[in-house]
Amino acid sequence: MATETHHLDAGQRALRSDRRAEFLLGALVVAVLLFVLFLIVFVFREAWPSFRENGLLWFANPDDFDRQVEKIFMSANLLQEPVYEFRAWPIIWSTIVITTLAVSISFVSALFVSVFVVEFAPDWMRRILEPIIRLLASVPSVILGLVGVLVLVPFIGNHIISDDSRREVSYIISLSGYSVLAGVLILSLMIAPLMIAVFVDGLRSVPRNWLEGALGLGVNRWRTFWKIGVRTARPALIAGTVLATARAIGESIMLAMVCGGVGFAPNPKDGLIFFVEPAKPIPAAILQASEELTSPPMRDTIFAMASLLLFSSLFLSFAGWVAKQPMKKYGVRA
Amino acid sequence: MAVAQTPTARRSARDSSSSWRWTDRLGLAFAWFLGLLFLVVTVGIVIYLMVQGIRFVKPEYFVTSPSAGFSESETGGFLDPLIGTLQVTAMAMAIAFPVGLGVGVWLSEYGRPTWLARLTESTVEMLAGTPSIVFALFGVLLFQSPVLAAFSQKNEGIVFGRSFFAAAAMLSLIALPLVVANVREGLQAIPGHVREASYAVGKTKWATTRRVLLPAARPSVVTGAMLGVGRVVGDTAVIILLLGATLRINPAEGFLGEARGTGSTLTSFVFQNAPTGEANQPEKAYAAAFVLLSLVLVLNVVMDFVVRRGRRLTWGS
Amino acid sequence: MGFLSPPPVRTLPLTGEEPKVVVPNGNGNGNGFVSAGRKVAPSSLAIDRMAVEDLSIAYGSKVAVDSVSLPIRQGEVLALIGPSGCGKTTLLRSLNRLTELTKTASLKGRITLDGDDIAGFEPTSLRRRVTMVFQQPNPFPMSVFDNVAFVLREQASRRPRKRDLKGQVESALRRAGLWEEVKGDLAHPALRLSGGQQQRLCIARALAANPEVLLLDEPCSALDPQSTKVIEDLIVQLREEVAVVIVTHNLQQAHRIADYVAFMYLGELVEYGPAEQLFGAPRQERTREYISGAFG
Ligand SMILES: Nc1ncnc2c1ncn2[C@@H]1O[C@H](COP(=O)(O)OP(=O)(O)OP(=O)(O)O)[C@@H](O)[C@H]1O
Ligand SMILES: [Mg+2]
Repeated sequence: MATETHHLDAGQRALRSDRRAEFLLGALVVAVLLFVLFLIVFVFREAWPSFRENGLLWFANPDDFDRQVEKIFMSANLLQEPVYEFRAWPIIWSTIVITTLAVSISFVSALFVSVFVVEFAPDWMRRILEPIIRLLASVPSVILGLVGVLVLVPFIGNHIISDDSRREVSYIISLSGYSVLAGVLILSLMIAPLMIAVFVDGLRSVPRNWLEGALGLGVNRWRTFWKIGVRTARPALIAGTVLATARAIGESIMLAMVCGGVGFAPNPKDGLIFFVEPAKPIPAAILQASEELTSPPMRDTIFAMASLLLFSSLFLSFAGWVAKQPMKKYGVRA
Repeated sequence: MAVAQTPTARRSARDSSSSWRWTDRLGLAFAWFLGLLFLVVTVGIVIYLMVQGIRFVKPEYFVTSPSAGFSESETGGFLDPLIGTLQVTAMAMAIAFPVGLGVGVWLSEYGRPTWLARLTESTVEMLAGTPSIVFALFGVLLFQSPVLAAFSQKNEGIVFGRSFFAAAAMLSLIALPLVVANVREGLQAIPGHVREASYAVGKTKWATTRRVLLPAARPSVVTGAMLGVGRVVGDTAVIILLLGATLRINPAEGFLGEARGTGSTLTSFVFQNAPTGEANQPEKAYAAAFVLLSLVLVLNVVMDFVVRRGRRLTWGS
Repeated sequence: MGFLSPPPVRTLPLTGEEPKVVVPNGNGNGNGFVSAGRKVAPSSLAIDRMAVEDLSIAYGSKVAVDSVSLPIRQGEVLALIGPSGCGKTTLLRSLNRLTELTKTASLKGRITLDGDDIAGFEPTSLRRRVTMVFQQPNPFPMSVFDNVAFVLREQASRRPRKRDLKGQVESALRRAGLWEEVKGDLAHPALRLSGGQQQRLCIARALAANPEVLLLDEPCSALDPQSTKVIEDLIVQLREEVAVVIVTHNLQQAHRIADYVAFMYLGELVEYGPAEQLFGAPRQERTREYISGAFG
């Protein structure tokens, strides 16, 4: 006991500094949380006037999307009542279409590619593919947008769109190659490596003895991997998909570059022409309108669009969390 | 005792899928196809960008500032964007790294009360999924407010809320989740007995974290930072909304003018010079994209190196 | 090689002829170890199913199994015994070519199933006939029912309905002695069963596959005496239809259920012989030491 009391002073001092460290770190965490809360509250608050003025019609279909934006913007400059009338359906629909298509395409290909990489690719192939995937995941979207604008868009404009289809829809929209298709293809390429990276991690951490258990029962490698491996890695599949979907919904630059930037809702009734029609997803619309932030009604409208994005990212992380729950029951760690 | 190393004879039947059901074989073929497609497309894009970049890049671009003009020879190079990229990245990481480190350490080593830890985790996850354009808009809101107006440039009394500081602050939000996640993962991968051993010799939790755990988790910490840098370097939306409309660096007057001034980065330079941008000079866009891509490539190689070395030094699985 | 050919004694240098002196395994004599006498009469008919011929397996440069030759017969239970790390699991895994999954493993020698070299088989079809229960229980992360039904579903050409599988699942679970404990809740997650229940589930799963050769790697290591008895009875009963190879550290168990015992030491097959003889009058010094508890 004697020696202990001797060291008590130093010990106490160390303990006190320990407490202080915990306190400071905790304070930092709380500060970050408050900041994010602040972000959410303020974005929604700025968005409120636009929703208040439009009600549910905010989500409706306008006669001409780009003209209405123009009107909102101008109304601040003239000595008149600010105009708030805004119908967002074309940009919402564009976002839904492009995100759904890109996420489905990249989910299927990412799943197959990651199964391939983890289990079936020969070593040389794996050694090339893995760094390639990581590189692609880190290519800035503006670069992919540039390639899209300079290579893919002209290609679509010159070779995929026929004159007939141009004529068929000419009364409503002109087809140039800037299109849903270009956006979807490049977006898929952008988010697939993200998914693959997360999927591969998940598939790698499937316990070896579960796979061996199935192989030992005489189930072939392909089915073993799909039935046991992919099933077990489901939380990772969900996490990767949520991450990639969030990225897809939020992508502004690349989509602003290749989709045409026309406030138009691509119409599935046009058949295959649908894919080569231009579109304007929400983030691209925000980016294009960002010059007009100086006009108060426009600013509120822009924040209303942003709040929709923010809401979807909140919703996505919640949905991802919910989707991971059932597997926990079977002992698969989420 | 000599065992002949002849695995080939035994392995021959290993990959034979001939007896599989046709659906399984089709699936495997599809996996091969997609793997190869992925390889070809990615390599194609990278090579295309490299070739175009080398074709159009000129040494003087690195030392001349962009300027307004009509022909390619008048518009100058991308010195300012290059400096801008480095500056804004450094500033963003100067915020994101310490904060991310702190949050990551707290989550992994302290994490009490539990509800706060849960809340923090989901918040960080949500941040990772928040579009950068939303951060950018929030930045506009924040830095136009009178309280923070001092951080950005004023023009005849109007606060535009644009500055390196504003852009860096919002970009740090993009890097933050990556830093947090990697720091946390690195710390949690350290087996419990390492901590116990340190406590056993009388070290406090804080000392253990600083002296033992963080050094051991260094590869993950560095990886997180690198991934963050990658995202920050590649972001365009925040730059366009918060850094400035001009391509030239335009420092503010007075204290810390560089940080409070406006400018551009390689990403916004590429954007402006793409056919859809205002400057529309594709050759310059290719040249700048080439530089940007090389930067990302170097980052990747360094990260690979760090991870590989880290794997060698730390405990296996 | 026909089904009814005599045991291939010629390839087995260690068995040789019948030992000249069989020390009777009476009470209190012998080496004192063998206390629990055999309860099971030897099987009437033994059929050669598999043969291991001069098999060596190495992980990189580390030799794990060194020139082992063994027959595996239907109608007789073969027990592999030996100290930890002597290569029992490795030998067992090579019988249905699971060793191939380890990249560093290399293999020399020949293993036959009904006379055909297993290297020529398609691994999947081989593993359907030669099925393994692992040392560590490894139930899949699914419900109890799905675990057993998994292999049934995979073997069927068209996906069977759940109702049609019920009977087979129940009988497999009954045979593994697990039915009574799980019948109330077949949807229970398998990973939430106790260790012993998991092991029996894995046995049930292997039984559902309906194999010709069953490889059991320490199936009773996590079981209480009651379940152990269920499994032992099952094994003895199975041997008529299935060739059973069991790895065990429990010598009493080996003695209770095995007809033949192989003692391995540092990768080598030291002694192979009928259980009575190996436990009663081991010919090798190392075997004697091992079964009298000198090492291992
Ligand atoms: N995957 C592997 N890679 C390298 N060496 C291995 C591997 N698996 C086993 N070994 C080595 O091969 C030898 C035999 O291992 P094996 O698992 O067959 O022993 P065992 O007799 O089953 O032991 P136990 O009774 O403890 O289960 C051991 O020395 C072990 O270290
Ligand atoms: Mg073993």
